[in-house]
Amino acid sequence: MDSLSVDHLTGIEHLTENDIQLIFKTADSFKEVINRSIKKVPSLRDITIANLFFENSTRTRLSFELAEKRLSADVVNFSAASSSVKKGETLIDTVNNILSMKVDMVVMRHPNPGAAKFLSERVDAKVINAGDGTHEHPTQALLDAYSIRERLGEVKGKKIVIVGDILHSRVALSNIFCLQQLGAEVMVCGPTTLIPKYIHELGVKVEHDLKKALEWCDVANMLRIQLERQDIKYFPSLREYSMQYGLTKEILDGLPKKIVVMHPGPINRGVEITSDVADSDQAIILDQVENGVAVRMAVIYLLASKIERQ
Amino acid sequence: MEKQVILNSKHFELTINRLCYQLIERHNDFSNTVLIGLQPRGVNVLERIKTQLESILGKEVVCGKLDITFYRDDFRRRETPIIPSTTNIDFVIENKKVVLMDDVLFTGRTIRSGLDALLAYGRPEKVELLSMIDRRFKRDLPIQADYVGKTVDTLISERVSVEWKEIEGEDKVILFTPETNG
Repeated sequence: MDSLSVDHLTGIEHLTENDIQLIFKTADSFKEVINRSIKKVPSLRDITIANLFFENSTRTRLSFELAEKRLSADVVNFSAASSSVKKGETLIDTVNNILSMKVDMVVMRHPNPGAAKFLSERVDAKVINAGDGTHEHPTQALLDAYSIRERLGEVKGKKIVIVGDILHSRVALSNIFCLQQLGAEVMVCGPTTLIPKYIHELGVKVEHDLKKALEWCDVANMLRIQLERQDIKYFPSLREYSMQYGLTKEILDGLPKKIVVMHPGPINRGVEITSDVADSDQAIILDQVENGVAVRMAVIYLLASKIERQ
Repeated sequence: MEKQVILNSKHFELTINRLCYQLIERHNDFSNTVLIGLQPRGVNVLERIKTQLESILGKEVVCGKLDITFYRDDFRRRETPIIPSTTNIDFVIENKKVVLMDDVLFTGRTIRSGLDALLAYGRPEKVELLSMIDRRFKRDLPIQADYVGKTVDTLISERVSVEWKEIEGEDKVILFTPETNG
């Protein structure tokens, strides 16, 4: 089990439990590295990584870039807003052009579901999916599960509820795959319009009452309402949504046990989660961000070890 | 493989004892010295020396463990990545005298990585190396030990293994020689 079973990280769906545990174990070591005074190791000195972001991102991109730099890889960045994509170049052409400049690994975010898998089958580089449309966001799910493991000791047997816009969320889907693979129970909670119709076939519980969901769970992962992906109205108003599905300190304090609160960011304070909850000691939102770098270092390190040397 | 014990448990203890006194000769009361074992097997050397030193000196000696996985020069030259062990250095090494410890000194590459890894924690005043076994004649880098338990002359095809009471059940050093045909 000392090597990943996959050559690319396109989605959690393709990972085994061993893969995930291997990533976590490696991430433990990197977490120690990023807390040293010199936060850098020379492992990936001879590797070049391209970060291709065809969709906006601040946190994920920064986190990947830091992870790559702390492994001593060379990094090039690319964002669609300022590129030839606007001039009509296809994805494969864009990527192949970049790869001709001797790039070993590609980290890609793309608005179309399946883009990372499509790319991984067609180009000669390791591909890491940093979010493909509404499909998957594997490194986010890994860092979420890693943060749960860090706070609660293990993921197995824990009850996790994912609240909010499940329909448009790649974080939700990757989280479901990852948590189930690790032996956790998963529930989704949100208004009927934002829960995919057949989601129960993935083996998750569905609940529309936030209070009941919170009473059931050990961990609540509060998702952001993705207004930019909603082309029609899924609920009457943000105010109504936050009245029914917003997590407040009052609700949190009224629960029978102390649950852990997570959020993948960016937070809309006052919508899905209030400020006093986001800043409370039950929230591990900033731990998630810190762990993001360590987990991404682990993924990059393990995939890079599969790059053949010329 | 043919097995030959080159250090039995009695001599093993004597060797550890001698190494301790050699360390004391140079470092007196260890007030400005820290001991660091290289993961994984150097930690066994560290723990034995630490116990013995502390019983001789009657005071605690500062110790740490260092993992060198991410500093190795054979990344991507192996079939599978090496899984790291933990690093545990909860003191400042700036201006300290550091004694690195490992079980077998062979090519010197592990020590090279260890030096790199160590410098990520600061700038020590001096670094010394202690090795239980020194296999001469196959050094790839200009690295020598300051304290040696036993020097052995071996062929590249041979293997030297340091075994510990705590892990293998008995303190000893074994030389493995591949059997020759005919």
